[in-house]
Amino acid sequence: MTTTARPVQDRIESFPTERIAGYGVRPGRVLPFGASLVPSGVNFSVYSSCAQAVTLVLFKNSATTPFAELPFPEEFRIGAVWSMTVFDLEIEDLEYGYRVYGPSDPDAGDRFDPTQVLADPYAKAVSGRSVWGVEPDWTDPYPYRSRLTFDDFDWDGDQPLRLPAEDLVIYEAHVRGFTNDPSSAVAHPGTYAGLVEKIPYLKELGVNCIELMPVFEFDEFQGGRVDEDTGESLLNYWGYSTVSFFAPKAGFAATGRYALQRDEFKHMVKELHSAGIEVVLDVVFNHTAEGNQDGPMIHFRGLDNRVYYLLTGEGDYYNFSGTGNTVNCNSPVVRDYVLSCLRFWAAEYHVDGFRFDLAAILSRGPDGAPMENPPLIESLAYDPVLQDCLLIAEAWDAGGLYQVGSFPNYRRWSEWNGKYRDTARRFLKGDPGMVGDLAKRVVGSPDLYHGRGTHSSINFLTCHDGFTLADMVSYNDKHNEANGEGNRDGANDNNSWNGGVEGPTADPDVRGLRNRQLKNAMVLLLTSQGVPMILSGDEVGRSQQGNNNAYCHDSVLSWFDWSLVNENSELLRFVRNCIGFRLATPLLRTRHHPRGSDVNGYPDVSWHGSRAWDADWSEESRLLAVLRSGELADGEAGFLYIALNSHWAANLLELPALPAELRWHVFANTSVAAPDDVATPGLEPVLPDQGWITIGPRAALVLVGRRLTS
Amino acid sequence: MEIRTRVIESIMVLSLVGELDSRSAPDVQQRILAGMPRNECVLLDFSGVTFVSSAGLRTMLLIYRQAQSMDSTVGLVGLSDEIRSVLSATGFLGFFIVSDSLALGLAALRHVEQEASGVA
Repeated sequence: MTTTARPVQDRIESFPTERIAGYGVRPGRVLPFGASLVPSGVNFSVYSSCAQAVTLVLFKNSATTPFAELPFPEEFRIGAVWSMTVFDLEIEDLEYGYRVYGPSDPDAGDRFDPTQVLADPYAKAVSGRSVWGVEPDWTDPYPYRSRLTFDDFDWDGDQPLRLPAEDLVIYEAHVRGFTNDPSSAVAHPGTYAGLVEKIPYLKELGVNCIELMPVFEFDEFQGGRVDEDTGESLLNYWGYSTVSFFAPKAGFAATGRYALQRDEFKHMVKELHSAGIEVVLDVVFNHTAEGNQDGPMIHFRGLDNRVYYLLTGEGDYYNFSGTGNTVNCNSPVVRDYVLSCLRFWAAEYHVDGFRFDLAAILSRGPDGAPMENPPLIESLAYDPVLQDCLLIAEAWDAGGLYQVGSFPNYRRWSEWNGKYRDTARRFLKGDPGMVGDLAKRVVGSPDLYHGRGTHSSINFLTCHDGFTLADMVSYNDKHNEANGEGNRDGANDNNSWNGGVEGPTADPDVRGLRNRQLKNAMVLLLTSQGVPMILSGDEVGRSQQGNNNAYCHDSVLSWFDWSLVNENSELLRFVRNCIGFRLATPLLRTRHHPRGSDVNGYPDVSWHGSRAWDADWSEESRLLAVLRSGELADGEAGFLYIALNSHWAANLLELPALPAELRWHVFANTSVAAPDDVATPGLEPVLPDQGWITIGPRAALVLVGRRLTS
Repeated sequence: MEIRTRVIESIMVLSLVGELDSRSAPDVQQRILAGMPRNECVLLDFSGVTFVSSAGLRTMLLIYRQAQSMDSTVGLVGLSDEIRSVLSATGFLGFFIVSDSLALGLAALRHVEQEASGVA
């Protein structure tokens, strides 16, 4: 007998018990689900409530025919879980999937089809769309191929940042769109690595949280088509159609062709963290890329259709997502799957939070009706692994469920505050009757979030969905012809105003007005309580030519144009200073809503109009000023006076009197030409006339009341 | 994978030839780690390396970490543009002292040695 010493980790499990299809195997471990590297082999674990048999299918990289098929022996099944350890696989040249046998009875909800190779829903990496935009082999019988990759990574002590939620300034960006334009001048355009190269820009801008549009593996060719008029090829660019929930989009990795997307993604998170920037992922659990009965069979449909999808009594797919199917989020099995997935991203990739697309669907029960106490949302709220993660709901769905302010929150969830967006945009364009509602929105929407904290309100004017900010002040109507649907797609309630001319214009008055409106919008957003979210590019006036639904454009239309950084440096400087001012001014970030208490002998929040202490709440009023009393960053008593005028005429404002030792200083005045439109935070000049100030037509003012600096 | 070892001006230079992937990585790892000197500089010459896989990257990182634990320093030269790009995108590049040529690599490591002895 040989006496060669074996490494101590070698155990009895390191040896096969039998051979199948030429490979040594042994009964596997049920947990963890998916495929895991174990000593000398790979453990495969897959479950299905009513499959009759399962076969493991193994491919060499990119091969269209498998090199081995290993049926799971019946005695390897525990409960509904089939598991098997397979030895001596060359894991860097391996793609795997499953054939699953069971009834095909669509009326009863069963759609098993063993002629198809199914992907592992727990695959940690996927190949098949590894390089963005490379036309796939449409005849490939297994298009989204599960892969094994190493999970070790040298984090150098990195961990999630745990910034207080109320201190965040969120920046919503698309990984590819952020750096794919040649003007980005990065070495790895359109990728996670390219984003890393632009971290200095983000730091200088001052944002401390980046919210990435979908990064779970999706297929940019899904629903792809060519616009017959322009010849442009239209792709699934945004990616709100998940193929694989545990796998980062390989086509967003410069190293995706080498299946190194996990490392590249982790490196990105690590570098963002070291720059003080949190990472929030936009996650899409409400539906999958499998679509309706005519869509592709990827995994869930052939594994356990009835378990994963909401079905009608006739076995048809409910369509609350507007995309063909609806995930059965509150079934116990799917709940567990979603929870495992988010835990994985939080623990494995150190991400700081999640924004849930069409989250109202997550509150629907197996019959499609909204639940009072939806167990998935509750589980996420109380999960120990996710405890420090930001959880943000897009609290509506395409089935008409609108839950802004009423999303089941467990004092844990935040929401995209759609009412903030609507009111702020209507006020800015000059609609009458908005002042009363605006007052609620700028103090963190206590009518919606009382008792939950101001951070429950994610305030935004624009997001990927809808006009960019520059288009909000340049177009009255959407212009979506380039989407190839005759301008029928996209929302019609844009609450936008073009300033007198639709689209680009050389008219200096209109251009001046638009420039001012952009600044007014940024003042409003960045001085409101709640967490502000800026759409990437809005800080430099990025336009989409009036397209309010650019989901299908992988082109200059939707990419960040870095030449705007110089071209619109005036706006960029204004936004940077507003972010800097917010971060330097705790009064704008208090976690609690106004209490009506006395601070420094003044109410914590009070409302003003042309006359101090006398706000005009009438239907025709388009002017509102708020006075905040509290502490400045140095702990000294201080005041903020923020006035917003959406009227077309200027107005003389009587300023509330300050305590004797304090003076009003001007941080921002959007009716003044740059560079005097905004001050460097902390260096605001004193206001000459402490009693009165004129606010220009459609303008915003921010004053700070503090001691005169000697 | 072939590994040639030589000493140039008291610095150990390891020249690798071939593909560093999951087939070759365990052997490369064992051979390099076994001969890793204590408190010295090691230069890895990659000009003969045509491909580095995920397993290969991990081997490189292990060599770096092992060297660090022995107060040694690892330099890298001869990276192809493609390999350099992969190392850069995944962040592995930041762990090494990377130079464009053998001469520059030796100079960079000598500089490290001098700094170390200066501190001591």
